[in-house]
Amino acid sequence: MANSNMFQFRTEEAPTLSAPVSTRGIIGWMRQNLFSSVGNTILTIIGILLAYSIFAPLIQFALIDAVWTGQNREACLPQEGGHSGACWAYVKAYFPQFIYGRYPAEEIWRVNLVYFLFAALLIPLATPTIPFKRLNTILFFGVFPFVALVLLTGGDFDIGFWAWSLVGAIALIGILLAAFQMLAGGRGLSDVTPVLTAFVGTAVVIAAILLFVSVDFGLVVVETAVWGGLLVTLVIAVTGIVASLPLGIALALGRRSQMPIIRMFSIVFIEFWRGVPLITVLFMSSVMLPLFLPEGVTFDKLLRVLIGVTLFSAAYMAEVVRGGLQAIPKGQYEGAMALGLRFWQMMYLVILPQALKMVIPGIVNTFIGLFKDTTLVLIVGMFDLLGQIQSSFTDPTWSSPSQGHTGYLFAAMVFFCFCFGMSRYSMFMEKKLHTGHKR
Amino acid sequence: MSVMEQDSAGVPARASLFNDPKVRGIFYQLLLVVVLGLLGYFIVSNTITNLERQNIASGWGFLSNTAGFGTNQSLVPYSETSSYGRAIYVGFLNTLLVAGVGIFCATVIGFVVGIARLSNNWVINRLAYCYVELVRNIPLLLQIFFWYFAVLRSIPSKREKWSFFDTFHLNIGGLRVPKPIWEPGSQWIGYALIIGFIASFLISRWARKRQEATGQQFPTLATVLGLIIGLPLIAYFIAGMPVSLEHPNFVESGPILLQGFELNVGINVIPEFLALTAALAIYTASFIAEIVRAGIQAVSHGQTEAAHALGLRNGQTLRLVVIPQAMRVIIPPLTSQYLNLTKNSSLAVAIAYPDLVSMGGTVLNQTGQAIEIIGIWMMVYLSLSLITSAFMNWYNQRMALVER
Repeated sequence: MANSNMFQFRTEEAPTLSAPVSTRGIIGWMRQNLFSSVGNTILTIIGILLAYSIFAPLIQFALIDAVWTGQNREACLPQEGGHSGACWAYVKAYFPQFIYGRYPAEEIWRVNLVYFLFAALLIPLATPTIPFKRLNTILFFGVFPFVALVLLTGGDFDIGFWAWSLVGAIALIGILLAAFQMLAGGRGLSDVTPVLTAFVGTAVVIAAILLFVSVDFGLVVVETAVWGGLLVTLVIAVTGIVASLPLGIALALGRRSQMPIIRMFSIVFIEFWRGVPLITVLFMSSVMLPLFLPEGVTFDKLLRVLIGVTLFSAAYMAEVVRGGLQAIPKGQYEGAMALGLRFWQMMYLVILPQALKMVIPGIVNTFIGLFKDTTLVLIVGMFDLLGQIQSSFTDPTWSSPSQGHTGYLFAAMVFFCFCFGMSRYSMFMEKKLHTGHKR
Repeated sequence: MSVMEQDSAGVPARASLFNDPKVRGIFYQLLLVVVLGLLGYFIVSNTITNLERQNIASGWGFLSNTAGFGTNQSLVPYSETSSYGRAIYVGFLNTLLVAGVGIFCATVIGFVVGIARLSNNWVINRLAYCYVELVRNIPLLLQIFFWYFAVLRSIPSKREKWSFFDTFHLNIGGLRVPKPIWEPGSQWIGYALIIGFIASFLISRWARKRQEATGQQFPTLATVLGLIIGLPLIAYFIAGMPVSLEHPNFVESGPILLQGFELNVGINVIPEFLALTAALAIYTASFIAEIVRAGIQAVSHGQTEAAHALGLRNGQTLRLVVIPQAMRVIIPPLTSQYLNLTKNSSLAVAIAYPDLVSMGGTVLNQTGQAIEIIGIWMMVYLSLSLITSAFMNWYNQRMALVER
């Protein structure tokens, strides 16, 4: 190794130099994302100017110039030479009306209790890690609506003779069917128990509900005419979605049925309700529905609106569910049939759980749409949150130049929180539930 | 479904009649027909009794009665002495107008925002994201109210104005724009425009055929633009400039009642129209932006790479490879957004823009002909949506991927 000193070897590793300043940290990020080219730089400047011109006045209005306390309009009038900011004192004064409408003040605990129950059942239902999902679901969809109904209205409904005879008829049909099957098919009692349970069970459940809502719990009756604000918004949205889901599933199954009349009926029903604007549906339920009923029979105005909204959203729901049904591979149907499952068993045990899981985002989207659409009821003279805000503008106590802006800003914030929260939740569920269907 | 049931002894039991799928199907369908029939009978008989009790004659006779109410916007001659039928027709045209203008604006905003959502530029990207999330999570009706009651209340009153380029003037009465006056000879411009359209249609067809046959490209876009804009311009000058503009006239002095804009000079775009169009366009654009983004993202990156490998430039890649494939994904949901916009224009009734629902509602209040009026509404919107979905199906079929 005579000429080993011709080469120089490094005996230790050279220290790793960090990347040049221009490609790391905030500067690097900015060079890459904001100023990578001339065009990009111009876009960045335009974007910043645009954002500034939108958000600066908004913050100025909503926070800096805002009036937080005050007893009447005097506080919110523009000061000498200055602009008037948001009048939050007005929102504070009107807050109970925005949330409860004209619900009697001493009965408001009932509404609060319903809100509390709703949250207490919904949060564990919506959190995947909390157990007892089945019990929770039954409580939420099966028990809560009727408890809420009794709490909000006061219960003590006058159940007419026809409702009881309907219950009797359902039970009777079940018994007759079972008897017919036993006689015609020569089978024992144990063979027809499913039929008996289905019909008689339904009758018992309906009877229990009827009994429950007709019991006088000593609550003061509160007419739906005095309900308002967020209460009406939530009642319409939640009832609409809960009632339209089973109807939508039935329609979706009907649309894919092999029985031509049922399929025709479902298609016409879905296409009809999807083809018309909700506002005409609301006009129809508030103007035309009374014409359809016998003389003397009147429906509550809220109930009429609920019927219209439910039929409308059921059509949308049906299309969402149909999408899920179509996405189930044929093998699942065939497998279920090969196991000897009957139609409803196949649907209940195999197809619907998969299909509904797949379309949860679609269902949430429908719900967000419905939640926003509840504002339309103000056109037929009901006071949901937006209606309540709109009607508060006529009050001279708080009339100031900034009142309108403040009211709309408040409404926008409430609706945004609900809708944005739901859309985030649906994305979270989508990620959580995607079970290999996604490529 | 026809599984033979066996009892415990292993002897096949006689399947009950009720378990025969055919019988069962017929039974269910019969049940549906009977229930629907009974329901229909119940509704119709109740309605007839109720209408008789309220002394409302059913039928379409009322359409030819005098309406007796005016409107602040009509595209066809209309006055208080016109008939109810005319009033509804005016409302229908106003619906079409607001839907048309709204669809145009929503498409432009939606495509711009949708592309901005994909921008590499962080500021632009976030701005577009904020726009989409904010706008589509707030009810449309609230936005209409905002534009109508909040924004349009802060513009000048009747006796003042804001002017843009000295041509457009905005105040509480609406937006005033110059009105073109068509003098004799101006029909030539129209003919030139029609010829331009036909010629550009033929040329683009010929250019496509030639490209398919020989591979040579023809500057189609420039030619078409030249034909459609240039031909009418030439006609305008040859015919001796027969079009003049009638500027709105603003009176600043004189009796206080006559101050402000003179009536019927120039075109006045009413504030209800401005608010409704702004709200509809901005709301729908937030949905269109998401559709556009999804459509562009659906085109796999390999397509762009392949196009670049073939030597196509960026613009050509976008125009010839990416956009045609993205459009296949975009068009169907886009059409249903157009339909939604048209249906949502019925919210006009909240700010009294005289659209179909608003005019119909006035007629309904005056005559009580609920069934006929609501029937007209539903028929009109249903036909619009059926036409739209027919178009959508046709387009889908034309554009569908042709596989083996």
